[in-house]
Amino acid sequence: MRLFEITRRAMMAAAVGAALWGFAAPVAAQTTEKPFITVASTTSTEQSGLFKHLLPQFTEKTGIEVRVVAVGTGQALKIGERGDADVVFVHAKSAEEDFVAKGFGVDRSDVMYNDFVLVGPKGDPAGITGSGDAVKALQAIAEKKAPFVSRGDDSGTHKAELDLWKLAALDPKAEGNWYRETGSGMGPALNTAAGMDAYILADRGTWLSFKNRGDLAILVEGDDRLFNQYGIILVNPTRHAHVKEKEARAFIDWVVSPEGQAAIADYKIEGEQLFFPNASKKGA
Amino acid sequence: MHARATILPLTLDRLTYARGGETLIDGISATIGASSRTVVLGPNGAGKSLLLRLCHGLIAPTDGAVRWAGADAFGRQDVARRQALVFQRPVLLRRSALANITYALSLQGRLGRGERHARARDALASVGLAHVAERPARVLSGGEQQRLAIARAAALKPDVLFLDEPTASLDPGACRAIEDAIRAIDAAGTKIIMTTHDLGQARRLADEVLFLCRGRLLEHTPAEEFFERPRTPQAAAFLRGDIVG
Amino acid sequence: MGTAVPGREARLQGFDEALAAAWRLIVTGDTALVEIAALSLKVSLTAVFCAALIGLPLGAALALARFPGRGAVIVVINALMGLPPVVAGLLVYLLLSRAGPLGPYGLLFTPTAMVIAQTLLVTPIIAALTRQVVADLWTEYSEQLTSLGAGRLRAVPTLLWDARFSLVTAVLAGLGRAMAEVGAILVVGGNIDGVTRTMTTAIALETSKGDLPLALGLGIVLLVIVLVINAAAHLFGATARRAAG
Repeated sequence: MRLFEITRRAMMAAAVGAALWGFAAPVAAQTTEKPFITVASTTSTEQSGLFKHLLPQFTEKTGIEVRVVAVGTGQALKIGERGDADVVFVHAKSAEEDFVAKGFGVDRSDVMYNDFVLVGPKGDPAGITGSGDAVKALQAIAEKKAPFVSRGDDSGTHKAELDLWKLAALDPKAEGNWYRETGSGMGPALNTAAGMDAYILADRGTWLSFKNRGDLAILVEGDDRLFNQYGIILVNPTRHAHVKEKEARAFIDWVVSPEGQAAIADYKIEGEQLFFPNASKKGA
Repeated sequence: MHARATILPLTLDRLTYARGGETLIDGISATIGASSRTVVLGPNGAGKSLLLRLCHGLIAPTDGAVRWAGADAFGRQDVARRQALVFQRPVLLRRSALANITYALSLQGRLGRGERHARARDALASVGLAHVAERPARVLSGGEQQRLAIARAAALKPDVLFLDEPTASLDPGACRAIEDAIRAIDAAGTKIIMTTHDLGQARRLADEVLFLCRGRLLEHTPAEEFFERPRTPQAAAFLRGDIVG
Repeated sequence: MGTAVPGREARLQGFDEALAAAWRLIVTGDTALVEIAALSLKVSLTAVFCAALIGLPLGAALALARFPGRGAVIVVINALMGLPPVVAGLLVYLLLSRAGPLGPYGLLFTPTAMVIAQTLLVTPIIAALTRQVVADLWTEYSEQLTSLGAGRLRAVPTLLWDARFSLVTAVLAGLGRAMAEVGAILVVGGNIDGVTRTMTTAIALETSKGDLPLALGLGIVLLVIVLVINAAAHLFGATARRAAG
């Protein structure tokens, strides 16, 4: 009995000790770890696997760790606005320029582009397979009232999709319930589309690594209105004094440098290049 | 010769308790002194348990008062600390028998840790429970648990020990052990005030009887007088074994 | 894989793949898995520890105290048991964001932020369950404890210790909630690879990438961990409970 009591008390003490360590360690670690920056980017970029390929090269060169918070484009820009990140790296050019214009960010640079693809069921009720014209394809889908899944989450992909509908002179929300907004990231939206045999606009990167395709396949690609430009922005250090400007600029400079651009071009899925570097000048 | 300072005698002054429109204790007046074992008798529902709780201060009267002689000398908290009450069903904590007693002593707050342990062991020994000191209180038998409850109360060395039907749920063997314990506590100088509906027990233990019926105090006499020459028809009927009330 | 409707066979296949993935992860001692499992445990255990530190005395005090508006407080705490994790996450995010009141501490996107968010979620559970357990215990003990001189305040630690077995269940309920939730830690942690990625956020990530077998495999591993913890607690508790009666 005594032994049991002692063992029990020892175990409780150990549990308390472990808990205290668990609480203290992360806090302690924060003060002694190596330098890092926080980059707000998008889920589709992270899920493409680009960061796993790219960031270790930067960290090895500079010793700076890069922590990526991957959320929707709208949320990423909000994070930058609030100063919770040092760098914003998204793909919604007009929103980015707005971000800079409002003073939340400085020195926007083009980095790379990838493209969107129009994905749909192999049966293709709207008959758009092989078409090089994304806008005409959307019109065909609307006419056939074929099910279409939209991310509906204010992301870069969603904004690009809305731009295409505008070009097609259509307001899909008003059209009918063949147009379904999921309010989610690219992966979940693809899951939904696969489940409903619906059409969907996806970025090529997420599509290539998406494993739950069901009956879906790429039906339309190559239209240059489907190109998706990525930009990188330094969160305004004047507005947020704690931004790690030096390290953040080091990262941005590396990404647009020939070395970083080569690393981007080097990234392949199933032997296919995903992102096409196009940093040429410091853009506004 | 100096008598030890005590909170007795206990004076009940037209003590009344009513609940839900019903008067459960009806204007009881009595003085209970230090010198004897007092047993409160009466049929079920007479208000015996209620009376004990009123005296001990667990319930507040709706009219009248409970007065302890030493109240002016001691202060209310001290008066409470010099009494103890043992319930019909023992209420013990989920810890060892010894720990139950040391807990009560630590609440009383007068002794240091070592002294509490010593006093607790003595209390257990006095009721014959020394061999189960480290056992969880709740695995003890009903009789042992009640003995433990009495030992706990006795360890506090109260001026007054209330016992509410202490052997009602026990077998005869346990009953005997409890009665022995009560006698021992009385001999050690604690005033005993207990209720029972067991006439035999009352005859064995009582020096003085308060006979309650329907919330009223009908008789307050020395034990022999009560058992031999009851003054009221209800008492007589009760002693005969009739249903009263 | 060209069928229009995924057949029953295909669905079962997914589950088999998941089991295979789970097995592979465990057997190979995948370092990434060990890292995220360790973080899950660290964050949740720390949060439950803090939540218990606050919730146990809070629940007990709420059970025993009497004050105007007590009923309303109880209703609110009970309701908070159902606080949507993502809402808790948002609240903590706004608090810890650089643009928020605690911004200067730079706690956002760290395990500490995750602990804070989970503590917020778990405390109401522990407090509400403790309140119920202690209130029930008080009805059993109040007369005896009052008689011994333990007022409501003094009774709190006594009741908490006495109820320890039931309270372990309450704490395990809190731990279950913490280990299972993803909404709060996703928002305040940012699911940063190698820094704030836990089992549940990894599962969310793999699901959104469409790698369902891996996601489910991770889920199975998480369930196994939680099962082991509960089994250990149960065995430990059963032995202790038998010992304490």
